[in-house]
Amino acid sequence: MEAREHIIEVKDMVKKFGSFTANDHLSFHVERGEIFGFLGANGAGKTTAMRILCGLSYPTSGEIRVVGHDVYRERERIKRKIGYMSQKFSLYEDLTVSENIHLYAGIYGLGRKQIAVREEQLLERLGLAHVRNRLIREIPLGWKQKLAFSVAIFHQPAIVFLDEPTGGVDPITRRQFWEMIHDATDEGITVFVTTHYMDEAEYCDRVSIMVDGRIDALDTPAALKQQYESVNMNEVFLKLARS
Amino acid sequence: MSLIIDHIDLSFDTVQALRQVDFEVQDGELFGLIGPDGAGKSTLFRIMASLLVPDGGRCLMHGHDVVNEYREVRKIIGYMPGRFSLYMDLSVEENLAFYARVFGTTVEENYDLIRDVYEQIAPFKKRLAGKLSGGMKQKLALSCALIHRPEILILDEPTTGVDAVSRREFWDMLKKIQKEGITIVVSTPYMDEAEMCDRVALIQKGRLLEITDPSVPSRSDGTALFSLRSHKGVYAYLEKVRNLEACKHAWLFGDQLHVTLQSERDADHVKSIIDGWGDPTLEWERIIPSIEDRFMGLIEQESGEQGINGEIV
Repeated sequence: MEAREHIIEVKDMVKKFGSFTANDHLSFHVERGEIFGFLGANGAGKTTAMRILCGLSYPTSGEIRVVGHDVYRERERIKRKIGYMSQKFSLYEDLTVSENIHLYAGIYGLGRKQIAVREEQLLERLGLAHVRNRLIREIPLGWKQKLAFSVAIFHQPAIVFLDEPTGGVDPITRRQFWEMIHDATDEGITVFVTTHYMDEAEYCDRVSIMVDGRIDALDTPAALKQQYESVNMNEVFLKLARS
Repeated sequence: MSLIIDHIDLSFDTVQALRQVDFEVQDGELFGLIGPDGAGKSTLFRIMASLLVPDGGRCLMHGHDVVNEYREVRKIIGYMPGRFSLYMDLSVEENLAFYARVFGTTVEENYDLIRDVYEQIAPFKKRLAGKLSGGMKQKLALSCALIHRPEILILDEPTTGVDAVSRREFWDMLKKIQKEGITIVVSTPYMDEAEMCDRVALIQKGRLLEITDPSVPSRSDGTALFSLRSHKGVYAYLEKVRNLEACKHAWLFGDQLHVTLQSERDADHVKSIIDGWGDPTLEWERIIPSIEDRFMGLIEQESGEQGINGEIV
């Protein structure tokens, strides 16, 4: 197999808060175009690591490059090339669908004409043209999630970070969301995702599992299931995180 | 009967939050309420907890009406709301002592009941509740809801946003509490947790779709369910399967596709088509539906080909 470009390269990343080590010498890479699942128990250090990779926080030590840029010196460049979405915060509830699209696209530096064209395509594809002037708070959660994801990749970032993106929706809407994620990778976008739904770990190309600040396992779901003699990723996760 | 929900209706302005919701829970049962955000689960819990008055219908908790006899109801229930009702500026032990006093008891009197749960957080008993991790808050909130030894425990999404390990531990705790003779009603958005309940009610858009025993699952529409696996991954086959004339629905399901057919008679025909796709690792087999398959089948029936996204408020 041809070696794919490493779009995220992490060597010996350490992050300490006082005497507490949140990230304890993490080393891993993410390949361009893959869906990379970043799993771990609450408090294992996922959010801390993700904030560093997004250029929102400095590591204590280590060598980390995101889309070719150094996380110490080129944070603003990193921010332009990534997208971010979380279940907790993504869209402004008191702005309309269209206003949210324009706000985010503007922040990422897209021009007016470009925004107008892509907005039409986006609303068409999501079937949301009829609610473009409705406030976000008025539309159902499933639509919000799909829109939030679309807005996060509106500027065609190299990577999109998804922090527990699918909470609270019905099982069909959740699957439609994952089909959108797959479609994004078809367009060359790399996906870095955290989730507590272990069936979603199966949809990833590779999965890392963090325990107490370290990455204890990293491989394809199939290889992890074989290695830990488990029928599904839930079992793998329980074996690792409980031991 | 521990709990009787008798044709409850409730509207907020123009939104009908609950429509003719009707079910009963047996003494000592562990009863699950499964559905997405906005289905009406929290609204129903607030009615059970005597915090909301329904427009129509009745709700009885051990025979006590939640509207006319709310004082009685509040004595016999333990309620853990979705956002834990802890006092963030009180310590762990202060929260527990406070809840005990409100209910006219002491921590010592019912300590047996909460020992397993509370001892996991006892090392942090001097810490402010606001400084606890999500998993620890959850355990403290459960201890507080149990401290007066309620007859009925109602838990509104206790495991949302909690990792798989903590979720498993939480359900182990619920099983133990059930053995103490306490009736439990619990809601969750995680389908795998439904399997831990004696019975589950599937709820969507304010309506009860059905009540089911998770140990005897089947597609509610009677159609057979098939799975497709491949060593190469199944996503690449999703569109291909959906484009088959015989295919009714196909969805990603962990490392498989789950497929329902227009007619069961098409199964052999589909198998022969798949064999022709030139991937020797493809496995096609009939499977027993899980509770999640069942819920998805009900949603498909409700909303036709489209997945439901809810309605505009």
